[in-house]
Amino acid sequence: MTYSPHTSNDRAEMLRAIGVSSMDELLAQIPAELRAGGYDWPAALPEPERMAHARALAAKNRALACFAGAGAYDHHVPAAVKALVQRGEFLTAYTPYQAEASQGTLQAIYEFQSSVCALYGMDASNASLYDGATALAEAATAAARITGRKKILLPESLHPEWRDTLKTYFGARGEPVLETIPCPSGRLEPAEVERRLDDTVAAVVVATPNFFGLLEDGAGIAERAHAKGALLIAAADPVSLGVLEAPGKWGADIAVGEGQGLGNALNYGGPYLGLFACQKAHMRHIPGRICGMTTDAEGKRGFVLTLQAREQHIRRERAASNICSNEALCALAATIHLALLGPEGLKEVAELCVDKAHRLAEKACAVPGFRLRFEGPFFHEFVLECPVPAERVRNALLKEGLLAGVPLGRFDKALKNSLLVCATETRTDGEIDRYAAALGRVSK
Amino acid sequence: MNLSEKISIEKSVPGRRGLVFAKAAKPASAYLPAGALRKAPPRLPEMGEFEVVRHYTRLSRLNFCLDTHLYPLGSCTMKYNPRANEEIAALDGFAGAHPCAPDSAVQGTLEVLHRLEKLLCELTGLAAFTLQPAAGAHGEFTGILVAAAYHRSRKDRKRVEILVADSSHGTNPASAALGGFSVRTVASRPDGRLDMEALKAALGPQTAMVMLTVPNTLGLFEGQIRQIADAAHAAGALLYMDGANFNALLGLAKPADFGVDILHLNLHKSFSTPHGGGGPGSGPVGVAAALEKFLPVPRIAEKGGTFALQAKAAGSIGRMRSFAGNTGVAIKAYAYLRGHGAETLRSIAENAILNANYARAKLKDLFPPAVDEPCMHECVLRTEPEKTNGLKTLDVAKRLLDHGFYAPTIYFPLIVHEAIMIEPTETETKETLDAFVAALRAIHAEALADPEKVHAAPHTLPVKRLDELGAARNPNVAWG
Repeated sequence: MTYSPHTSNDRAEMLRAIGVSSMDELLAQIPAELRAGGYDWPAALPEPERMAHARALAAKNRALACFAGAGAYDHHVPAAVKALVQRGEFLTAYTPYQAEASQGTLQAIYEFQSSVCALYGMDASNASLYDGATALAEAATAAARITGRKKILLPESLHPEWRDTLKTYFGARGEPVLETIPCPSGRLEPAEVERRLDDTVAAVVVATPNFFGLLEDGAGIAERAHAKGALLIAAADPVSLGVLEAPGKWGADIAVGEGQGLGNALNYGGPYLGLFACQKAHMRHIPGRICGMTTDAEGKRGFVLTLQAREQHIRRERAASNICSNEALCALAATIHLALLGPEGLKEVAELCVDKAHRLAEKACAVPGFRLRFEGPFFHEFVLECPVPAERVRNALLKEGLLAGVPLGRFDKALKNSLLVCATETRTDGEIDRYAAALGRVSK
Repeated sequence: MNLSEKISIEKSVPGRRGLVFAKAAKPASAYLPAGALRKAPPRLPEMGEFEVVRHYTRLSRLNFCLDTHLYPLGSCTMKYNPRANEEIAALDGFAGAHPCAPDSAVQGTLEVLHRLEKLLCELTGLAAFTLQPAAGAHGEFTGILVAAAYHRSRKDRKRVEILVADSSHGTNPASAALGGFSVRTVASRPDGRLDMEALKAALGPQTAMVMLTVPNTLGLFEGQIRQIADAAHAAGALLYMDGANFNALLGLAKPADFGVDILHLNLHKSFSTPHGGGGPGSGPVGVAAALEKFLPVPRIAEKGGTFALQAKAAGSIGRMRSFAGNTGVAIKAYAYLRGHGAETLRSIAENAILNANYARAKLKDLFPPAVDEPCMHECVLRTEPEKTNGLKTLDVAKRLLDHGFYAPTIYFPLIVHEAIMIEPTETETKETLDAFVAALRAIHAEALADPEKVHAAPHTLPVKRLDELGAARNPNVAWG
């Protein structure tokens, strides 16, 4: 197979126009000793065979009723979202460098930024970042720049992979400095935060709902952070904001989130969608592309990439971030998803999540030996304490076609018997009943 | 043809519904404290499903895209995005896989990722790959952290500087700075290649790494790449290759043979996955054997035909993001590569090089090349405003849109005055290139006959030239 359209006649004509006698003459730029000798390569698969090969591989993955969350959620992806993001006009365009010929993408980015601001209660946002974890890393960088301070307080109730990502991001440079706050109760204690706050702290990070699904006292922590001149960075699941108060309303200065749950499939971890929004005062510290509304030479409304003096292609080593490509198509999916749902649809989804997760928790805890590990209100996810190692529970339920959750022992040995369990609107009452019944068989 | 579209919130009608879901048995207020609940609903549009479909379909039509127009953006490799890849990545088995599922439940995905890593190793000659980086710049940052870990492992703490070429992508110095390194820029020679003498003068015990794009951003092969590698290695530094332009080498040359220690590839460029209006991308990083242990986690391991995702690895720099990587993009790239055999692989680079040289040959009398010699996959030409009634590169770009072509990359690389960087890619026909050449030649003639028409372009698009200064001065980035 080749996607090159040239016939041998085309090639001959083109070589003649270039003024060379052969392709080899054109390739003489590469010294002979640097040319590849050969490739150990499998035989080409024509499209029918390639599709069959792919289907066979996909069939090696198991279809399971998904009760796992941990930052990746099995929400319904509307058919209209899937159809629209496959339109070539969106799918096969590049970053909108030529604004006049990219108004569709640019206006969609403006609508995306607006939707993110509406959800998080913020004034400004960008065209997206890679995922929630890297969005938090960018927020931490911005907070350090804004405050001129060097320390970031991270709660243990934040996703461990997000904490690890920040460690990697800042480890080599040595700043900002990360300090982890233990959360033995599964939640961040405002007093614990207060004890660590001083004039070196750039920002306190609060995830709510947090990694364990619990709601944090965001307002209480924000108040304490602000009293010491630190910023509050909130990490929040955007679907939860269908019912939960917007971070901007309870005191967050910067908000980030993993946007996968807005119209994007699970895809084994990516592509996902990093959300970033902030109060107006911090707009010039936003990383990545930003779309702005403007007018054209005749006064007509239009959209452009703006505030580009922050970016790597202008500022190089002094840029706010090194990001270039982002997750534009995932952001488009989220934008269309939110337009399809509207405020009422998003609230319905969020309420279904809360209701199903709580009914599942109740049924699970009715099985002898199982209980909730932590107390406190939760959104659509909770930590189920098992009478046996959580991996055993997970493996037992796998045999019944259920992905029971995420065993937490791999993140923290003390949580060996803890299973992080999630129910979204896509889980049926029948599946919830099967889950509880299967737990009953494990405990015996 | 529609020329404008209201923004979605302007179409919103209170009470209008799109998707409607079942009602929860009990409301959230039955479970959660009142203080945690939202006081006012978010200001999202209220639209019917059909209005949403029509709105975004109409918006889409305001775009030029690869499917509708030649999109010759230099360094971006806008080649055809095969639809088979899209269908494959969307298969339920792949798209529905949860990233925390146990290995036994996702053997198909892990096998694809493992196979793709091996194919990338074969294409580059490097020992190991990670698919975790989400984009090219993320891959650069990963490679820089790998270099930092390598020097640290040797207790060589004086290596605080990274050398980049003055023709490099802006992400190179930005990524280096993010990794805590200072950046020194090395000049190019008039022939567009890195100045060996300047490089040797800059190399020293403080040099951690040299970053080079191959072919470079002038579309030229760095013929002295082996000597550059030798000089870097002799100074104790590593050589990083920015693989944004790897399309020019696909099936022709293996960077490991150049002496490259670390490189990133862009699956959304050389490997045909769509750009989606700015992403998602994927920026796998490959390394020489001695650096494998520093690669980020998770790693994919294979034993007896069974695959595992390993969350921990001794020596690793750690995790660059959540979960495994942009798996959906990797699956498309795998599908693309399996469509090729050893015999058609090299036709990718060959035809890309042929097309760029054809455009260059047909245009160079009116738009002089930055360096007048055969190029690789892209050519960098210039406008000469002083000879053509002030026809600047920006004018050419805007007027090309009227002629039905997306614009090339402009004003890059920074070392070329009034640069026009054209990368046709291998998937364009000779007829399309002929039409593109004719348009550029016509614009040149227009500049001589009717310069105002060109300076005021575009004339036929949904909007005229936009006020970028005003946008930056009074930013309006959300409907509020």
